Amino acid sequence: MEKVLRLASANDVVIFSKSSCCLCYAVNILFQEIGVRPSVNELDNDPDGREMEKCLMRMGCSAVPAVFIGGTLIGSTNEVMSLHLKGQLIPKLKSYEQNATS
Amino acid sequence: MLQESMNYPSTQFATSRQMGIYEPFRQVGVWRETFSGGYGSNIGASTIAEVDSGQENKIGFGSHESMGPSGNDQESNRSADKVQRRLEQNREAARKSRMRKKAYVQQLETSRLKLAQLELELDRTRKQVAYGGSSFGGSHMGYNGIVNSGITTFELEYGHWVEEQHRQNNELRKALQEHATEIELRLLVEGGLNHYATLFRMKADAAKADIFYLLSGIWRTSVERYFHWIGGFRPSELLNIIEPQLEPLTDPQPLDFYNLRQSSQQAEDALSQGMDKLQQTLAKTLEADQIWSGETYGSQMAAAFEKFEALESFVSQADHLRQQTLQQMSRILTTHQAARGLLALGEYFERLRALSSLWAARPREPTESYAF
Repeated sequence: MEKVLRLASANDVVIFSKSSCCLCYAVNILFQEIGVRPSVNELDNDPDGREMEKCLMRMGCSAVPAVFIGGTLIGSTNEVMSLHLKGQLIPKLKSYEQNATS
Repeated sequence: MLQESMNYPSTQFATSRQMGIYEPFRQVGVWRETFSGGYGSNIGASTIAEVDSGQENKIGFGSHESMGPSGNDQESNRSADKVQRRLEQNREAARKSRMRKKAYVQQLETSRLKLAQLELELDRTRKQVAYGGSSFGGSHMGYNGIVNSGITTFELEYGHWVEEQHRQNNELRKALQEHATEIELRLLVEGGLNHYATLFRMKADAAKADIFYLLSGIWRTSVERYFHWIGGFRPSELLNIIEPQLEPLTDPQPLDFYNLRQSSQQAEDALSQGMDKLQQTLAKTLEADQIWSGETYGSQMAAAFEKFEALESFVSQADHLRQQTLQQMSRILTTHQAARGLLALGEYFERLRALSSLWAARPREPTESYAF
């Protein structure tokens, strides 16, 4: 659990994914398109991967990718897409940036 | 011809003789002329043919009668034989003629039935082309003959969905023309959005039944299929179709619309790249050097199936994107603009469907091979 939270806060945008997951790849691409470089943690290449996966599920994210912005769990692909179309994704990123710098 | 000479007097006999189709009649005619005063005047060619057995004795009697005065026994016997032979030939020909007629009539009957069947099928096909469905009949069968009831259900429901869409488009058009109230338009817009939501639910079920069916776009018309993107229409295309209908846009609409356009385009690009990656990795899985045999087959198959399931996720995300674009669009716009937008969208798809069926029905050059 701590590992998840620690990793989740390591960067503005953190994605927990699996190496074979192409949807995770798509979400990564989306962030890059809006000018952000997310950190990616591949659960299947992590020795604690299983535990972390269970932890993420308890937190409410049942599938990869699990996306954190500013250490807060946003959700999976659905949530990220919805936020972006509503025009709320970039403001969220910006607000974290501002918080981080201030 | 048999009918023609049925009730005519014997003077018509000459006609059938001139036709020369049935030789025996000619012979009979010749026979009749030779032995004048022979038989009753109301005998026609057909009468001989159809009632031959009944008349047989009479003819025989008649000829015998007419032979009477003319000559000695030997001669009359030979003539009688000739007569008998000719009568036999006549009967035989008549019988053959009846058989031919029967066969011809049967052929006509069969052709008539076949024509009726073909007309029915053509009508059905036309309807299916118009409604965008492209497989035939009740059950959907893969080429291996396995019936997929989930897909069959989808095809049926999609047919109804298109019909309902058409009806809703008409209602929207009428409401806009007749300057309906804000409330009425709002109801229609909500109905339209809900109708699309229904489609996405149907597609989700179909994706579970057969993702490749959904991806192929075979359930849509040919032109729609050409523009297919991950199992449906492009969200960015949706906005392109709607935008001209929205003039005039008032602040903050232009900016909101621009942002929506941009974000949906970015999301589209991201999903497209993800799909490409999936296709690449799937290809690698299937092309793998190691032979798919024995111990490795199970795990390789599992890896492939995992990728197939990932396709479901992508289609689900694409549909989600489509739905979100619609929802956001209706939030940005006024009721009136949203109504116009939905109508424009509906008419756009109707146009594609109409073009598809016209294209399918266009006159084509007959394909001929010329031997040079």
